[in-house]
Amino acid sequence: MATSVKVYGPPISTAVSRVLACLHEKEVPYQLIPVNMAKGEHKKPEYLKIQPFGQVPAFEDEGFALFESRSICRYICEKYAKQGNKGLYGENPLAKASIDQWLEAESHSFSPPSSVLVFQLAFAPRMKLKQDQGAIRQNEEKLKKVLDVYEETLRESRFLAGDDFTLADLSHLPNTHYLVNSSDMGELFTERDNVGRWWSEISSRESWQKVVEMQKPA
Amino acid sequence: MVLKLHGLSVSTNTARVVACLHEKDVDFELVRVDLFARGNKEPSFLAKNPFGQIPVLEDGDITLFESRAITSYVAEKFKETGTDLIRHESFDEAALVKVWTEVESQQYHPAICPIIYEFFGKPVQGLEPDQAVIDANLEKLEKVLNVYEAKLSSTKYLAGDFYSLADLHHFPYTFYFMKTAWGSAISDRPHVKAWWDDITSRPALKKVAEGMTFGENQ
Repeated sequence: MATSVKVYGPPISTAVSRVLACLHEKEVPYQLIPVNMAKGEHKKPEYLKIQPFGQVPAFEDEGFALFESRSICRYICEKYAKQGNKGLYGENPLAKASIDQWLEAESHSFSPPSSVLVFQLAFAPRMKLKQDQGAIRQNEEKLKKVLDVYEETLRESRFLAGDDFTLADLSHLPNTHYLVNSSDMGELFTERDNVGRWWSEISSRESWQKVVEMQKPA
Repeated sequence: MVLKLHGLSVSTNTARVVACLHEKDVDFELVRVDLFARGNKEPSFLAKNPFGQIPVLEDGDITLFESRAITSYVAEKFKETGTDLIRHESFDEAALVKVWTEVESQQYHPAICPIIYEFFGKPVQGLEPDQAVIDANLEKLEKVLNVYEAKLSSTKYLAGDFYSLADLHHFPYTFYFMKTAWGSAISDRPHVKAWWDDITSRPALKKVAEGMTFGENQ
């Protein structure tokens, strides 16, 4: 399919999968361009031109290059405002502010401990790396505190930023998916009534299920 | 009604919002939250921010937490006054501002924050700074600054040839970082140094700096 949008990176990467879920929600066609990280392709000069930090994903739309998964998602929502899920990043400044607030909570409260756990519990064993038990325990404690706050918020509202599924919820999909399905930490989510309900609702969305299919080994 | 900002002028995350309010020439009242008396864990404060962190902005009926979400809200709501921080007249430039604000949030902040915590935060709690943590994060910070040096040799500011929220967000942590023994990480890189000198000469940021006295009277 001819399309102006290119995403560089493997779908198993949490940051890449965040962007893919957003493109699916917004019904934006795209071309997925593999980056062989085992061969260090993400550190080659050609790649560094579009992603100076040498990380995935990188993103191009009609030759306009962007990086950082959460800013790519915001861009997609604004550029393709009139298609797909129109409320994904809010339809007025107030809704947007509330979504930004929870996106930042994801970015600064949820992501740091959950990313350590994803790496230690889901990726380190595959990469035959030794797990750091101290880091696991410390970050499990941090994550529990964050999920306690989520539990209260989700008691009051169906989703984090209100009654609609938004980018704030979507941004939690990649890390939570690995913790629920590839680690023994799934109960942190499923044992909390409202977090569990929220997770089963957001993870069953077609947009995310398509990403999960793409993550399966060929 | 005047905006109410709950926080402390010495706090980095409060200073980020204060800097934005000054740039936008917006009047506000700073409501002191006494962290030492655990004012941030009082039910009345937790009702404003369930994570119990400062700052929190109240604007009429709207309550927002997360400093970077607050600055985005302020910069958007008051886009016609003061300095344009989000390039609202150009879609592409606005997208680049978002990319580099995420770079601050995801690359720069995770490296500089532990250094500031070890150097300023630990002694306040009667603890010894952990030099190994500082060294590991200095190494990360240097790598990020190498990318900044390259970027700032082609554009005057991070997102382009215009000052924006992306630059402003770096101010509070970098301000305290320059009071440590490792400020040469900034001042030895000519383009990073020129950028830092430029932004710290802005009247809005000079005004914020007056309140940032953490570590001076101890």
